[in-house]
Amino acid sequence: MTSLDTTSTEQRSAASRLGGLVANALSAPAVAPLIALVLTMTFFSVKSDNFLQAQNLSLVLQQVMVVGVLAIGQTVVILTAGIDLSVGTVMAFGQIVMTKLAVANGVPAIPAIALGILACVAFGALNGGLVAGLKLPAFIVTLGTLNIAFALTHVYSDDLTFTGLPSELLFFGRTFELAGADVTYGVVFMLVLYAVTWYVLTQTAAGRHVYVVGDNPQAARLTGIGINRVLFSVYVTAGLMSGLAAMLLVARTELGDPNAGQTTENLDSITAVVLGGTSLFGGRGSIIGTLIGAVIVGVFRNGLTLIGVQVIYQYLVTGVLVILAVSVDQLVRRRRL
Amino acid sequence: MRHEKVRHGSHGRIGFIVALLGLAAVAALVAATASARSTATIKVGLITKDVTNPFFVKMKQGATAEAKKRGAELLYAAGKSSSDNAGQIAAIENMVTSGVKGILITVADGKAENPAIAKARKAGVLVIALDTPTVPKSATNALFATNNFNAGVLIGQYARAATKGKTVTIAMLDEHAGSSVGALRHNGFLKGFGIKGSDSQIACVGNGEGQVAPSQTAMENCLQKNPDIDVVYTINEPSAAGAWTALKNAGKSQGDVTVVSVDGGCAGVRNVKAGVIDATSQQYPLKMASLGVAAVVGYAKGGKKASGYTDTGVNLIAAKSVPGVKSKSVAYGLANCWG
Amino acid sequence: MSAATPVLEGRGIVKRFGHVVALDGADFELYPGEIAAIIGDNGAGKSTLIKTLSGALHPDEGEIRLDGSPVHFRSPRDARRVGIETVYQELAVAPALDIAANIFLGRERRRGGPLGALRMLDKGAMRRHAAEHLAELQIRVGSIAQPVETLSGGQRQGVAVARAASWAQRVVIMDEPTAALGVKETRQVLDLIKRVRERGLPVILISHDMPHVFELADRIHIVRLGRRVAVVTPRTHTMPEAVAIMTGATRGELEQALTTEQP
Repeated sequence: MTSLDTTSTEQRSAASRLGGLVANALSAPAVAPLIALVLTMTFFSVKSDNFLQAQNLSLVLQQVMVVGVLAIGQTVVILTAGIDLSVGTVMAFGQIVMTKLAVANGVPAIPAIALGILACVAFGALNGGLVAGLKLPAFIVTLGTLNIAFALTHVYSDDLTFTGLPSELLFFGRTFELAGADVTYGVVFMLVLYAVTWYVLTQTAAGRHVYVVGDNPQAARLTGIGINRVLFSVYVTAGLMSGLAAMLLVARTELGDPNAGQTTENLDSITAVVLGGTSLFGGRGSIIGTLIGAVIVGVFRNGLTLIGVQVIYQYLVTGVLVILAVSVDQLVRRRRL
Repeated sequence: MRHEKVRHGSHGRIGFIVALLGLAAVAALVAATASARSTATIKVGLITKDVTNPFFVKMKQGATAEAKKRGAELLYAAGKSSSDNAGQIAAIENMVTSGVKGILITVADGKAENPAIAKARKAGVLVIALDTPTVPKSATNALFATNNFNAGVLIGQYARAATKGKTVTIAMLDEHAGSSVGALRHNGFLKGFGIKGSDSQIACVGNGEGQVAPSQTAMENCLQKNPDIDVVYTINEPSAAGAWTALKNAGKSQGDVTVVSVDGGCAGVRNVKAGVIDATSQQYPLKMASLGVAAVVGYAKGGKKASGYTDTGVNLIAAKSVPGVKSKSVAYGLANCWG
Repeated sequence: MSAATPVLEGRGIVKRFGHVVALDGADFELYPGEIAAIIGDNGAGKSTLIKTLSGALHPDEGEIRLDGSPVHFRSPRDARRVGIETVYQELAVAPALDIAANIFLGRERRRGGPLGALRMLDKGAMRRHAAEHLAELQIRVGSIAQPVETLSGGQRQGVAVARAASWAQRVVIMDEPTAALGVKETRQVLDLIKRVRERGLPVILISHDMPHVFELADRIHIVRLGRRVAVVTPRTHTMPEAVAIMTGATRGELEQALTTEQP
């Protein structure tokens, strides 16, 4: 009576086994980025008295909330082994739609926000349709929509900045008091979005299918998972997140900026995902890791300013962090096999 | 076991049609550009960094108007982004082929385009840099630009006078590292304020990327470092707008902080009127462009080649004037603004 | 031959891809409780045949019957719905997911009650069932929550087989189940296939490996040039004889009944 054995019969040294244990612990979702975050925060709190205060930490979360929401959409797209390069410029278009309608066309605030979000969802549907339906590469498709959204933003806004927004548009930038610190509604909203996404990804079949499509699309096809439906839905989700991020951006900056989303937001959303331990090859990663990754970027920006480090080194640090994150992820994965 | 022959057949047909269409498109393009050529009119080229920045839009307006006035033809091109030097190099080469007498250009990169510019000059084309100098300046025949250092000096002087010589806490929001314009304005501010870069009054130097949202973040972090900031230098007006939101959220009123900036765009001057910005150095892209077109037309008609640096001027726009510093009113600013 | 109704039957199946005729009137029967092997040279039509039987391809002509009644599969889903499961050569497992998730891939179980309305997965139940199925087939793994990528090749094959066996009501089809395995793991999978039969599920097996085929199969269908040319058993024929029919050196008994043009 034979049976299939587990590990190979070679003897493993104690050090090798310990290494395996560490690797297994590190590979639990989001543990590695969490350790990185704790180390970073420890470093900054030692170097600056201002860092670990509740007010400052609340500020960091507020600074992170827009990219944090963008990164949710980016995460689900990357989990399917895709990528969305258009999230930043689509968000920019959405915030122009919202603010222009409210300020220049007298549309009431809530419908204006809804239309802005809808515009972003439309872009998401376009991306999804091309990637899922026509099987075009995501990199190329979203590069195209990036440019389209960029052009539309400038044409539609006529390069004007929209100020004097109705107060409803500013709601998510307002704060309430909790334990001596000001908590921003937008931050709470972001955390709720993360919680919902976590639930869908880890507790539902639909979430599992997202992972499978990225991990082994052939397996998905052969077991009857509707690949096209999954792919379409992740890009629409990314579009929705761009719209929600636009809403938060408007609330934070209190204006509609035709030049928004062009510098950091696009790349930062991908950086957050990578720092959070999600693999760019799809199929592996955790949404909580992305949240931690986004917070790490914000903590670094904030901390380096607080201790007076020259701005040029922020670029250096971000670059090093990303490479470190990817390397740790690779090492951990190789170690446990 | 799919049959390869059928596949290739349909691929072949599609490929043939695509090639035909491509050929037709190219033929149409050639015809169009050929018909655009006229032999008698003087052609002037204008190449900006991108098409969307209102600064460059105003430049194009100025160039177009001046060209029309002088009966010249304006050829226009721009890079895809403010760092697209390859696109600009291609535009230089194309314009030389089209027979321009002179090229006005805001270079995306101070050095990378010098070889293309040298080739154009060798072919007898007058090349004038607008707004942004090449490195070295002599790579182009001439430079028509704002004196960005001077722009910084003016707002530095204003800030010093507005704070009546007291000890202050300064925050400086620059843009990305390596920006020559940024360095000039930053250092000009220091000179105008009368301090060195190591002065203890400078509490924070941040990167606002010259954009609204990143400047808000940078200002928030500076305030966390030192809540007493009462003078803010910003590299441009969007940066000032973002910084103001942060200051306001931190409970500062307009009277608590002196915010200065550079550019003189219409949105920025409106912010001066609204009290968000205390003073801004206004620059004149339209003047740069029209002077440039005039120089090229003059050269084409047998005149001298333009040379050297022409300061296209800068004016301090402030709602409230301060002693010892010359400034113009908001009304003047609005009448002469761009964007 | 047995007088029992075949569980799965194909009659005169023709399948063309453009000008190429992959199946030229192929027949096949699978009787209850047996392991039927299909052997043939490369390009003979084995994979195409089982793909029509598993719903992955539509036959251009011919008929498929399930327990004697004609059926028409529009997709693998239809075949799975009537209890035909396939273990593909590439396994079709998601390495990043755990064993239980893979066994329930595409057929995940939801919790009952209000949590089910929120579409919450019943991970506990899935893990329990997966563990039971693996135990039934005597597949040993470290933990049911282990990601499949940490398993050895033989264990992964075992998971793929367990998946098919746990869902199959009527037939299990296996395409080259030992192709990528080492000696020890191959032995384990062969025993596994026997156990599937012991549980009462008939198995269709494609394999290049003659010794394995002769060890496992009750009947061996030999396919050549898109047709079935012979049905032999390990008792009536030797391996060299079967190989000879497969390559065309010897004419199969079914072949002699037909007039074929030699290309």
